[in-house]
Amino acid sequence: MTAGATGTVLRVRDLAVGVRDTDLVLVDAFDIARGERVGLIGESGSGKSLTALAVMGLLDEGLQVSGSVRLAGVDHDLVGADDRRMARVRGRHVAMVFQEPMTALNPTMRVGDQVAETMLLHGSRGSRSAARSAAVDLLRQVHIPDPEQAARAYPHQLSGGQRQRVVIAIALANDPALLVCDEPTTALDVTVQAQVLDVLVSGAAARGAALLFITHDLAVVATVCQRVLVMYGGHVVEAGTVQDVFTRPRHPYTAGLLAASDLDAVDDRGRLRTIAGTVPAAGHFPDGCVFRNRCPNAQDDCAVAPPWTGPHQASGYACHHPVPAVAEVGRG
Amino acid sequence: MWVTVLQRTAILAASLIIASVVVFAVLAVLPGDPARVALGVNATEEAVVRLREQFGLDRPLVVQYADWAGGLLRGDLGTSYVSKSPVGPQVADRLQVTGILVLASMLVALVVALPAGVVMAVRHRRLSGLLLSAVSQVGVAVPAFLAGILLITVFAVRLRWLPANGWTPPAADPVMFLEQLTLPALSLGLVQGAVLTRYVRSAILDVLHEDYLRTARAKGLTAGRALVRHGLRNAAVPVVTVLGLQLATLLIGAVVVERVFVVPGLGSLLLDGVADRDLLVVRDVVMVLVVAVLLVNFLVDLLYVAIDPRLRRAR
Repeated sequence: MTAGATGTVLRVRDLAVGVRDTDLVLVDAFDIARGERVGLIGESGSGKSLTALAVMGLLDEGLQVSGSVRLAGVDHDLVGADDRRMARVRGRHVAMVFQEPMTALNPTMRVGDQVAETMLLHGSRGSRSAARSAAVDLLRQVHIPDPEQAARAYPHQLSGGQRQRVVIAIALANDPALLVCDEPTTALDVTVQAQVLDVLVSGAAARGAALLFITHDLAVVATVCQRVLVMYGGHVVEAGTVQDVFTRPRHPYTAGLLAASDLDAVDDRGRLRTIAGTVPAAGHFPDGCVFRNRCPNAQDDCAVAPPWTGPHQASGYACHHPVPAVAEVGRG
Repeated sequence: MWVTVLQRTAILAASLIIASVVVFAVLAVLPGDPARVALGVNATEEAVVRLREQFGLDRPLVVQYADWAGGLLRGDLGTSYVSKSPVGPQVADRLQVTGILVLASMLVALVVALPAGVVMAVRHRRLSGLLLSAVSQVGVAVPAFLAGILLITVFAVRLRWLPANGWTPPAADPVMFLEQLTLPALSLGLVQGAVLTRYVRSAILDVLHEDYLRTARAKGLTAGRALVRHGLRNAAVPVVTVLGLQLATLLIGAVVVERVFVVPGLGSLLLDGVADRDLLVVRDVVMVLVVAVLLVNFLVDLLYVAIDPRLRRAR
């Protein structure tokens, strides 16, 4: 671990999310330290968003959750807590920025009121008028031009980038210890992605908030995060510092992801590299190692689930036949 | 916002003019001479001509229309061909009765549909939600007059809790008024309520899947409070559409149910007018119903704009 137990903001143990008899997420352990920025990467369907929603207590009611999720400042486990207790945690101790800014705001409510609401809910501002002026301040902090005017606007009068800034303002409003970001820039124009990212990271840093940053854009992870968790098939298959994981990946899946995101590298036939096959539908991953049906290194012993190899849960990989430690992968 | 209001008002005015022309024209081309009907088959041709002159039926249709439409604008609905009494006060009395009945029915529909629809949506995967769905499906299939007859059979004839028919003005005897209003309002309102329930359910179901509801929960609202604070207003747009259509349906439905419960509303006036060949009464009642429907649509359009800021054009 990069921080002692006292500096831990989020502590996830044996988190399982499933529907009936199918496990969708099985995360053994990961921690996030105070102020730390952790990336969660993997293809669509690898369980990243489910993990985030489990932390938020926002999973669909049809899903079963077990294990333990502890958050600094909250005296109960988030797993199994009822909606009423979780509502007091959400928006105060942990907040979330969603992927789709065009639909994340209530179209019939003024933007300023939507920002003020989260402060009023948690009593962090004494009065309605105090919350309103704090909302304008927040809109200014996320660099929305003319924040007074924007506070009176309805969401449809703002651009996608501005709306995402509003969502970020809502998330930052109560100085949460942890900010969960689910693909916060994916839906934005490339021209505003960097600005929104900057607002997000600097806003979190100013409050000492830790980031759990979900994305499949590895370049974003490299700029934003200090540590990275690689997920596939609902499992964390590799973890480590961004530096280690991106330059010396050990899990073949991580290596494949990195190779696939290198737009200069091509295979023997001159095509961009991909990972063979597709992500199976939920519940159709192979037993043992979940990646073995797509893995170039797979052998018979992969039918047994590989143990975690590494000094602790924050650094290591789960693979019987890892990529050699010295190899530079994906540089054709 | 005001642009939209002016625009809708212009549309309302145009609709009213077109509707009045259509109503006038349809009843003008119908076979059957009101003067001949009033005097009976044995009347002399001379007497019929004299009466036509007296009614003004010998004038060109355009003049007759202008006379009638101008009277409507002044609130003068003309004099009945049959009873020779002014139509206006009769229509006003009857309109009040029908208005009370329709609004009471709408109230019944809303009181049934809003909670039932929300429960059905929130519990759409559970047995309680499915059972409510099934009940509302049955309700949709029952016509209002049949519901009325069933209600009379059970509550008036068998249980003797409520009177089977009749009407008392609210000022004359409030208790009697409510007792007599209950069954007709229920028979109209329950059926519309069953229909409305299904629209409320689907509107709420749509809203439940919206991202902003998840944002609201992420801000610190429980699922229930998020739905109330952020969901209901958004779900209101489709529901208001249906409400407008249902008010129109109720006005027409009242014609039949007033017959079943012997309520002296516009419906019975209309049917009596048809039976007596009192063309002017028929024309006036139809026009009043049309005006009511158009006004409801106008209000619905304004409500949209009030509910959903995206429909406002200029700031």
